[in-house]
Order: sequence, then structure tokens, then C-alpha cells
Amino acid sequence: MDIHEYQAKELLAGFGVAIPRGGVAYSPEQAVYRASEIGGARWAVKAQIHSGARGKAGGIKLCANEDEVRQAAKLLLGKRLVTHQTGPEGRVVHRLYVEAAVPIEREIYLGLVLDRKSERIMVVASAQGGMEIEEIAKNSPDTIVREVVEPAVGMTAFQAREVAFGLGLTPAQVSRTVTTLLGAYRAFRDLDATMVEINPLVVTGDGQVLALDCKMTFDDNAMFRRPNVSELRDYAEEDPREAQASEYGLNYVALEGNIGCIINGAGLAMATMDMIKHAGGSPANFLDVGGGASPDRVAAAFRLVLSDPNIQAMLVNIFAGINRCDWVAQGVVQAARETELRIPLVVRLAGTNVEEGRRILRESGLPIITADTLAEAADRVVAALPASGKAKASAGNGS
Amino acid sequence: MSILIDENTPVIVQGFTGDKATFHAREMIAYGTSIVGGVTPGKGGMRHLDRPVFNTVKEAVRQTGATASIIFVPAAFCADSIMEAANAGIRLVVTITDGIPAQDMMMVKRYLFRFPKERRTTLIGPNCAGVISAGKAMLGIMPGHIYSRGSVGLVTRSGTLGYEAASQMNALGIGQTTSVGIGGDPINGSSFVDMLKLFEEDPETEAVMMIGEIGGPQEAEASLFVKENMTKPVIGYVAGLTAPKGRRMGHAGAIISAFGDTAAEKAEIMRSAGLVVAPSPAELGSSVAAALAKRPSRRKAVAQ
Repeated sequence: MDIHEYQAKELLAGFGVAIPRGGVAYSPEQAVYRASEIGGARWAVKAQIHSGARGKAGGIKLCANEDEVRQAAKLLLGKRLVTHQTGPEGRVVHRLYVEAAVPIEREIYLGLVLDRKSERIMVVASAQGGMEIEEIAKNSPDTIVREVVEPAVGMTAFQAREVAFGLGLTPAQVSRTVTTLLGAYRAFRDLDATMVEINPLVVTGDGQVLALDCKMTFDDNAMFRRPNVSELRDYAEEDPREAQASEYGLNYVALEGNIGCIINGAGLAMATMDMIKHAGGSPANFLDVGGGASPDRVAAAFRLVLSDPNIQAMLVNIFAGINRCDWVAQGVVQAARETELRIPLVVRLAGTNVEEGRRILRESGLPIITADTLAEAADRVVAALPASGKAKASAGNGS
Repeated sequence: MSILIDENTPVIVQGFTGDKATFHAREMIAYGTSIVGGVTPGKGGMRHLDRPVFNTVKEAVRQTGATASIIFVPAAFCADSIMEAANAGIRLVVTITDGIPAQDMMMVKRYLFRFPKERRTTLIGPNCAGVISAGKAMLGIMPGHIYSRGSVGLVTRSGTLGYEAASQMNALGIGQTTSVGIGGDPINGSSFVDMLKLFEEDPETEAVMMIGEIGGPQEAEASLFVKENMTKPVIGYVAGLTAPKGRRMGHAGAIISAFGDTAAEKAEIMRSAGLVVAPSPAELGSSVAAALAKRPSRRKAVAQ
């Protein structure tokens, strides 16, 4: 789960990370009020969407008076911002963060991640802040400092000092950076984050060390015990179908193709999508119905997939273990009737009670195309696409 | 031979009296697994499925001599159950539970390493289908009938894609020694490398199929291991060619976030390490068959 910059800042500030003064605004008037509340003579008006690189996309405006703040807020609110992280459809700005602009002397990159190799929390820092870490890793890998934290002990002060001195900071700046690092680590641990990124962490002209932009990502599996974090979830930032899916306990990811997919198991789902592509088609979604694919869940999955207007054919691929094929087949038949399905439907069943499952599909009287193997299923669903859909699929494949 | 389990391995079920555990314990017993009891705190002294229930794993081990356990405990309490099993001296723990917080697993992994190597627990999972030694014993939730005895070791992240691979092999008359689902979480108990080591040492296993997916460094580490240490052919596949960057594809660990995380990159790493990579997920079985067909000539070459 992702949260907004201003929310991450509030959380981190609670752990002793110093941030510039700022406040959230939902209207131009509120933005002006925030600016006057903050005081000073220069402000940054920042679009709050779940994406980095907002500056490059025109989502951050520097303002020198109240009128500029108002104009910036008017311009940004309701605007669709497109960054390389949002995809071409972009994200609409509903919230702003107004912040005191600070004189920047140095920009540092500071990140904490759950490192899958060491299976521990790792600090990644670089004196070349302000760029994305991928860029730093490519252009100046020598500037990157890494430190792995022992979970039972937590981050030690000496580790934080080693990182800070490794960035070439002065002793006064080091002690402030150590506070920031230890705070960010505690926030990571105590809030079940999987990533904390402060980029840039800035040293100001008057020697302060401030978190200028923050991003936090949290472990969905741990949100049951972090109500103060899970309440920060912003549904407006999510694909409405994905939000709906999570209510049914289905795993759904919207993609750009035209073949709707319903599959049990994440790995088989990815493999089936690979196979569709191999057969010359393009999947419209990833959808894992999970182990116990009950008729109700299958029906919910059908409604979800069909709510995508781009769908021109559908593929159901179930390898039944616990959930028997006959049960899944009943669910498919029921869902196809309920949704009055008008597009071609290919169903491949395998595993427990497969014969019984196929019989139910055959005797349903519905125009269901069946397949015995993964290859057949992919070939048949691509063949079943209307002519316009096929053209689209091959264009989508590009290369 | 097989790896990890056979029909003589004494097994307890943690979270024994729950619905899911009960269902799968029945299936495992029917398959031939030696289930000797179970643990549900507070229900010690009861009998369930005609087997004793204990309050603690320690007590269960003392009374039954169990060396393996399978865990169906809910995600919020699961890390604790894994550590309890490790502390009680259980050598193999299979964790089916999906949804364990990643930082819980970080602590579990460190906890397992506090024990000396000779008594350290091998953890399989979490978020996996389990382990099956074909025709002998099953510690998991897979449909046992799709596996048959044979000479191929199978290790996958995904449960159902593992079923797909096994059934494609069976259609070609190729059986398995053991099939292991290592699970789809970012931090899991055993890695591909851990399983490859066991398959390399198992005299009955002649080839290994390894099926990975997007996200994480394990497939690359395994490829390097194959290149440097394996004498047996390894056939690979990586699921998720169509997965977009930065999106979680069902499994908590299936996310492209760093260089080398994509399916195409991983497949390329496998190829350059000398693995045979199945060209599509419909050719998992046929790729294994082709690798096995080449095997005898290699053996002769070694003998000379």
C-alpha cells in the first residue's frame, strides 16, 4: 500500500525526522490559508498523487506570493498529471501540499528497503540526491552507501554515523542525519513498511537537515495490525476495479489488452498470460481467484473482468486441487448466465474431477469453447477474438 | 529416494483442529503420509482424526517423535508457530499459510539461524502448496493424483503452475521424485538453491525443473549455482513476461522493482548459466522430455 507524500512526512515526523513546515489543501483558498499559516516568503505547492517525478511533470510549483499560490493551486487541482510512473493515463490531483520553500545547499538520497537478498532491512544512501536511485546506480554507483541492519538489534548509532560520514557531511550535519536515519528506521519497523524513501534529504543554507520529499510503501499483509496506517489508504489513487477486487479477496491487476483472464493461482495466472501473448493475443488483466474458487467468487470475478470495456473474449483456466472442477464449472455456468455473457468464452479445466466439470460445461447449453491444455486454451481464445480485436492484439504486441 | 519426506517421516499438523487443516490432513493421510498427531493450543488431550492433539509442539515431539510439521495457522500467528516448531527440534516445517507480514518472516529467518547447522530447521514456504514425494508422502495441499513416481525433481514458486508442470510431464510418461513449492513471498524459508542442492545429492533424481517468476534475486542465484555446482540437467521457466513494472502480481513477492526482476531478464540469466529454458508454459513437459533424452549420451561421455 502506498500513501501520499504529506502523509509519509507526518508519520516520519512522529519518529523525529525533521521536515519543512507545511499543510494539506483541497482548494485554492485553503492553499492560500496554509501559506499564510506557514509564514515566510516562498512556498512550494505540490500535487499529491502516488507517484514520484512529479516535479518534472509540472506537479510542483514554486510561489513567491499569495496570488501565485492561489494560481498554482487552481492550475493543479483537478489536473491529470502524467509521470513515467503513472502510465499514459496519469492521475488526477485531488489534494495539494503547501510547504515552506527552503534554501538548498546539498541534496542527499536516503532509502530503506526490505532487501530480499540479505532478508533484512537495508539502508541505501547517496550524496547524489534529487535523482531517482536507478539513475544514481547507473551514473554514479560509487556514491552509493549501503548498510544492512540486524533485526534483533535494530539500527545502531554507529551504523547511522558510518552512513552519514560516508556521504561526506560535516559533523553537525552528521548528527542531524543520524537522528533522521534512526527515526526512519524505527518508522519502517514500527509501521510495517517495505520501503521508506527520502529523496531528497536536504541540507539547508542554515545547516538544517530536512526531508523534502518522502515516499512510504507498506506491507499489505501487515495492515491488519496497523490501523493508523491502513486508514491512510486513498481509494481515488487506485483503479476502481482493483479496489473492488480487493473487497472480494481477489487479486486483480488491470492491463491493456482485450482478453479477460480468470485463473487460480498467481503463477499459473502469469503463465497463462504469457501463453496468450505467445499465441498472438494480449491479456486485459491478471486475476487470481485463489484456492477455493467457489461459485460466488467465480461470479464476482466474471463481473469484475467484464466491467473492463476493452474485453472482447474471455479465458478461464483452472487447475483444480482443493476446489474440484465440477464445482468450478457450476460457478462458470452460473456466472455466464447471470452476466448474460455475449463475448466468446474459453474454459480450460484440469485436475480433480475434470470429467464431471467438462460434462457440466457441455450440458449447460451455453456456447462455451472448451480446451484440454494450456496451449489449446490460448490458441482458441485468440482465434475467438473478433477481427477488430485481433488487429488490436497484434498492434499491441508491437515488436 | 526422494528429498525432504517419504512414507516413514513422522508428521504433526499445527493448527490441527481447524477446518482447512482437517480437510488436508485427511487427504495427506489417504495419500500415505504418516501423520502422528497435531497441535492446537488449549485442545491438548483431545483426539482428532483418530490422532492425539497436543497443546505445544514440544509436547507433541516428545510423545510422538515427529520430525516434520505442516502449519495451517492463520497469518497473524503463523511466525510464532514456525519458531515454536524450530525450537522444539522439528527438522522440516512446511508452511501453507498465505499473508504472513514480511517483517515477521525476517525475524523467523534470523531465529532459525540461531540453531547450529546440525539441528537447524528447514522451512518450506510460507504461501506455498507444500512438498510431495510422489507415491510416498505428501505434506501439502496439492492434488496428489497428478503426480507419479519418476526421476525428475520439481521446484516452483507457484502451486498451480507446479501442478501444470507435473501434469504436462505425466502426459508424456515422465514422473517425479519430489515436487516442492517454495512459495511466492518476498522472504521465504528455502530458496531454489537449497532445493537444487538436495536434488543434486538425491541419487534417484536425474533432472530438475525449476519454475520461477518475476521479482527477487532467487532465480539468478539459482542459475549461478547450477552453472557452478550441478551435474544434473536443469530445465527452467520464469512466469510473468506480460507483467508490468511495479505491480504486485498476486504473490507478495511477484513484483518487478529492480534490475534483473523481469521474466525476460531472469530467463536470459538462466540461459547464460547453461539451463534449458522452456520456450512457453505449454512446453514445460516437452522441454523436460528433451533434456532427459539427451541425458544417457552425457552419462556415457562422463564414464569414458
